[in-house]
Amino acid sequence: MSQTGDILAATMASLFETSLGEEIARASRQGTFAAAGWQAVEDAGFPLALLSEAEGGYGFDLAEALDLIRIGGYHAAPIPLGETMLANLLLARAGLPLAEGPATFFACDDKREAGGVPWARHAATLVAVRDGHVVRLLTSDVEIAPDLSPSGLPRDVVRWNREATGAILPNGLQPRALGALLRALEMAGALQRVLELTVLYANERIQFGRPIGKFQAVQQQLAILATQAAAARAAADFAAHAFDGQGALLAIAAAKSRVGEAAGIAAAIAHQVHGAIGFTEEHRLHLYTRALWAWRDEFGGEAEWEARLGAEALAQGGEGFWPFVTGVAA
Amino acid sequence: MTGDLHFPAAPQTEASEALRAEVRAFLEVELADRPSIMRAKSWNGFDAAFSRKMGQRGWIGMTWPKAYGGHERGNSERYVVLEEMLAAGAPVAAHWIADRQTGPLLLKFGTEAQKASVLPRIAAGELFACIGMSEPDAGSDLAAARTRAEPVAEGFRINGTKLWTTIAHRAHYMVLFCRTSGTVSDRHVGTSQILIDLATPGITIRPIIDLAGEHHFNEVVFEDVIVPASAVIGTPGEGWQQVMSELAYERSGPERFLSSMALLVEMIRLLGASPAREAKVAVGRLTAHLLVLRQMSRSVAWMLEQGKDAALQATIVKDLGALYEQEIPDIARRLIAANPDDPATRGFCALLAHIVANVPAFSLRGGTREILRGIIARGLGLR
Repeated sequence: MSQTGDILAATMASLFETSLGEEIARASRQGTFAAAGWQAVEDAGFPLALLSEAEGGYGFDLAEALDLIRIGGYHAAPIPLGETMLANLLLARAGLPLAEGPATFFACDDKREAGGVPWARHAATLVAVRDGHVVRLLTSDVEIAPDLSPSGLPRDVVRWNREATGAILPNGLQPRALGALLRALEMAGALQRVLELTVLYANERIQFGRPIGKFQAVQQQLAILATQAAAARAAADFAAHAFDGQGALLAIAAAKSRVGEAAGIAAAIAHQVHGAIGFTEEHRLHLYTRALWAWRDEFGGEAEWEARLGAEALAQGGEGFWPFVTGVAA
Repeated sequence: MTGDLHFPAAPQTEASEALRAEVRAFLEVELADRPSIMRAKSWNGFDAAFSRKMGQRGWIGMTWPKAYGGHERGNSERYVVLEEMLAAGAPVAAHWIADRQTGPLLLKFGTEAQKASVLPRIAAGELFACIGMSEPDAGSDLAAARTRAEPVAEGFRINGTKLWTTIAHRAHYMVLFCRTSGTVSDRHVGTSQILIDLATPGITIRPIIDLAGEHHFNEVVFEDVIVPASAVIGTPGEGWQQVMSELAYERSGPERFLSSMALLVEMIRLLGASPAREAKVAVGRLTAHLLVLRQMSRSVAWMLEQGKDAALQATIVKDLGALYEQEIPDIARRLIAANPDDPATRGFCALLAHIVANVPAFSLRGGTREILRGIIARGLGLR
């Protein structure tokens, strides 16, 4: 990682710690929008992190900027950070004015209606992709029926009626793939946090006269958790580095699938090690595990992306399979 | 703790991609008639003539100094050669251990005489090596090794038995891990590594046939074997530390997740371009795992090239890689309706049987799954 990347990551992390702590993440699951925290993130310029200088951003390395979304996941994502970053990327590359305030994006059918739109009720700008076009919408253009994801985060139904053609959708920016990348990055961050919380707990919790982390049976499970968290981060990194290249869609497919699988395995171990206390509303673990369970299904679960990646791999035939693998370059 | 689990993305250079094309062209000719059952032997496939050809191409000892027969190329280029060989199922066993472990060990700790006499012949693909570590009562617990080298006037007198020594029957040299002072209760203290010419009198090599019916393993018995004092590698008494330093190289390479590649390729061939969704999902999942494992493994190679400590990451690659290699046969047998009496799937059945008989070894060799997870737990601060 470059020096700029290190500074970016450290700034983002400290912003979460000071302005978007765990109590705010908890409140975000109960319908309270973290307005002050969001303002701090906006003031720091993070919503523009994916844009080149010509597009109105800062020209950061794309993979390093995408890593900010992973850091957001590590902090339980109490704001639409990734949604806004990617909405701005869509707008900038389509040549439309950038978002004002928090933003989200979604694909829309002929009826100009979409379900499962994250954070829509709190978004000042909504970016719809319909029929190969990008349409920039404001709150006055839409009706929103609030709903919740299984993690308690806002995930709404959006309807819009204004006639608008918008701008041509740039290549490689299909909302479903962008969303899959976003959730893969967030899950990788949350998995890192789940690992840390679980190791911490195993070292603190005393049973039979010693910390449960001293028992080999528990150690072996924690090692599996660590390997899954590590694979998830590597998978998300892989997609982030491939993002602007030819293999972007396949790398995203691999990442969403691999990270989603890791999420299931890791969350199960984390809860097993935490025992009954981890199964309470009071404990912090669920901020991350319930998010993992929700995110792995959003923008396509493992099977959807595996089928897409598998179809591509199978199309190469036996002889072509290995060259295909080495060709999806980071 | 947290930073340790990161696998920074390894750069892919134009030079290494040009080399990839060169290796593929070579393999296309060399392996043209090699059936998939032979390809499935992967890095257990022994062919001395093939190893010499690789030596002539400059693909053994690639990163070593030219003064010792090496080629001074980058670790990432070496990685390209390794993964292309394994993905194609090339018979690399003859030089594999010498190239991966013996050479780097000698470069790091060997005497000038050892380096000058052994390394150029390894790089030429003419000298093969084995590693004498495990013993009848020392497997995962390597520090329990009892083989002993007693200092005597001529050098050392060695007595003891090594077990599971891969290709000892075809190797010219062994890197022997043994005790040179103290007793077994001293554990890591007092152990050394010694370079043994296997033609030395007093060494008996007996085959151990594995459950696939093949001879890769051996029992190697040392009875009053005399070697000169100059055969010690590195510092006497520091064998344990030297052995541990080899492990990151041993645990993270593409051989840790490509062992079932021949079966995966055959499965994809038989499924055809548009099988049922179930098959697409299964192949897609295996592809995703492979892409990510490769990313992690290349990252470790790159970290090692930068001189970074990647021991924990290497351990993670090996644990995940073995799981992946081991689940491929079970997935393949569910997806392919195969019958040994049907000519269309006879080859697949033979291949499947071969891989099934070999998968138990994938999570034993180079550190058992349980040992690896213990190392990871230590890395997490639990031990």
